[in-house]
Amino acid sequence: MEIVLALGIGVLAGSGIWLLLRPRTFQVIIGLSLISYAVNLFIFAMGRLRVDAPPILDPAVPADVANYADPLPQGLVLTAIVIGFAMTALYLVLLLAARGLTGTDHVDGQEPDQ
Amino acid sequence: MNEFIRHLVIVPIVLPLLAAALTLSFDERQRNVRAAISFTTTFILLVVALVLLFAASDSGPHQGAATAYAIGDWAAPFGIVLVADRLSAMMLALTSFLGLSTLLFSLARWDRAGPRFHALFLLLLMGVNGAFLTGDLFNLFVFFEVLLAASYGLVLHGSGLARVKAGLHYVVINLAASSLFLVGVALIYGITGTLNMADLAAKIPAIADADRMLFEIGCAILGVAFLIKAGMWPLGFWLPATYSAASAPAASIFVILTKVGAYVIIRLSLLLFGPEAGASAGFGQQFLVVGGIATIVFGTVGVLASRTMSRVGGYCVIVSAGTILAVVGAGGEAALAGGLYYLISSTLGASAFFLLIELLNRARGSTSAAIPPPIFSDEFRDPYDDGTETDEVGVLIPASVGLISGGYILCALLLAGLPPLSGFVGKFAVMTGVMASEEPVSGVAWTLIGVLTVSSFAMLVAFARTGIEVLWAQGDRPAPKVKPVELIAIGVLLTAALALSIEGGLAMRFVTSTSAWLHAPMDYVAAVLTPAPSLPTGGTP
Repeated sequence: MEIVLALGIGVLAGSGIWLLLRPRTFQVIIGLSLISYAVNLFIFAMGRLRVDAPPILDPAVPADVANYADPLPQGLVLTAIVIGFAMTALYLVLLLAARGLTGTDHVDGQEPDQ
Repeated sequence: MNEFIRHLVIVPIVLPLLAAALTLSFDERQRNVRAAISFTTTFILLVVALVLLFAASDSGPHQGAATAYAIGDWAAPFGIVLVADRLSAMMLALTSFLGLSTLLFSLARWDRAGPRFHALFLLLLMGVNGAFLTGDLFNLFVFFEVLLAASYGLVLHGSGLARVKAGLHYVVINLAASSLFLVGVALIYGITGTLNMADLAAKIPAIADADRMLFEIGCAILGVAFLIKAGMWPLGFWLPATYSAASAPAASIFVILTKVGAYVIIRLSLLLFGPEAGASAGFGQQFLVVGGIATIVFGTVGVLASRTMSRVGGYCVIVSAGTILAVVGAGGEAALAGGLYYLISSTLGASAFFLLIELLNRARGSTSAAIPPPIFSDEFRDPYDDGTETDEVGVLIPASVGLISGGYILCALLLAGLPPLSGFVGKFAVMTGVMASEEPVSGVAWTLIGVLTVSSFAMLVAFARTGIEVLWAQGDRPAPKVKPVELIAIGVLLTAALALSIEGGLAMRFVTSTSAWLHAPMDYVAAVLTPAPSLPTGGTP
């Protein structure tokens, strides 16, 4: 399971960084989204991978830390997802404004050959 | 520490949040109500910050230097704490001072250049205050995002092609930096199992040797995120472009944003990597001093190469950030005290300079370039096309040209660091501090002293050149229309800088005690982690 998760994070982050360095605003925004997925998975993985362990107290499960998954990274991931989502939406508005003002979707606001 | 002051710690975060929500409930026709709300709020913030500053500065060496406020009364490592210590209180006071004068300036016309200026401005203050107060790494991330979201709005305030282009880059760079921030925080949590700064400082010596490398990688990634904000070379290329594109009040308040990055570097490197940290002690110091010196050199070359005043201002911010980072890296109590004094002085100077640039451009008659046509239908009107304004305050202040020129000279002296103003005192204190810190003075320290001296001289040359171009131009143009409130705003900032020079002894004693406090990280840990007496139930925070 660890190797699958690590590969997943690696592929997402690698593709995200490549797209982030591309010259079109749409590629950049997709790149940012992929990077934020990778980061969210990474935070989740930092709570260690556990299968079949609830993150919140359950009366049916003996009250011992060993029986539970770490709830804190899950809380952190939720916050990070919300913030990342809002920022992506904000960037989308900016992208459209830039497209309307400059008439091009290049990140510098002008085509390189001009 | 009495109950009242303990509850006051949360006011700088909650008050601007509520006030920002309140301003949104009034529409543009009631802009006087909005302006009154945000002015009152920033004024209360200043009072609160000053009370916290006095509470932190009095009393014995380290007693009462930190007030920890447990939100929801959950004890420290598990709950979230806000900590108002000397450094936080100093930065809070600086922020609210800048906030008040910048807001005053914007009331003249800029708050009408686009929608929801007051709400964005107050949220920015909330984010900055929160970043200074929080004692928890993840909350630091949240407050960073709050201040960044508000700053994205403020960069675009007034709209126009240049701002949208600069904003496009600014947002992407900061989103990428936020990802690095999260990766760093997650790694640190994965190794130590805590995100509370004080708890972290207590746990660092006990990290297993096998994990130490991973922990330091986490801290380095986190540090890169802050250094992007602070504008360190080579991570600060976005800064001059963004600051020169932003409107005058936005650029002026943004000066504090680079200081947020510098603040976190000061706080974390002294708290986490002090001598108590065992094998990790002094982590990153070498990198900071070399990077800081490179930043000063880069900023100085930039100042000399700039042809517009707003870019000169942007590079001055970079030089100031570089100086502070280099001082943190070079280490030593006395040097850090000088660095903090320099931080206050250069922030006030740069902030006043960005406001002044607008008036200088108006004096040259080149402001029309700064006013773009509206893009969105809810942009209300051109801030300069104000038919009614001339009736209200259309007085030409006879001496306005003289006052503007005088302000320019003061800003130049402050930013270049020449006597008799506080910029010189700060740089001088840094130099003596660096020389006193180790007995044969090291090559790095000499380099820092040399670079600081040369950069002062180069900035003086740049300011003189720009000043001659702008102020000694042909005098056949009519005097610029300047509103008294704009001059008052700049005057307040420059008076503060003058007061800092005149009351230098008092200020120096405070920064020295702050530096001593920062060099005793275990006192901070004790102040935060020792359970405070429980607050009375039903108390209103």
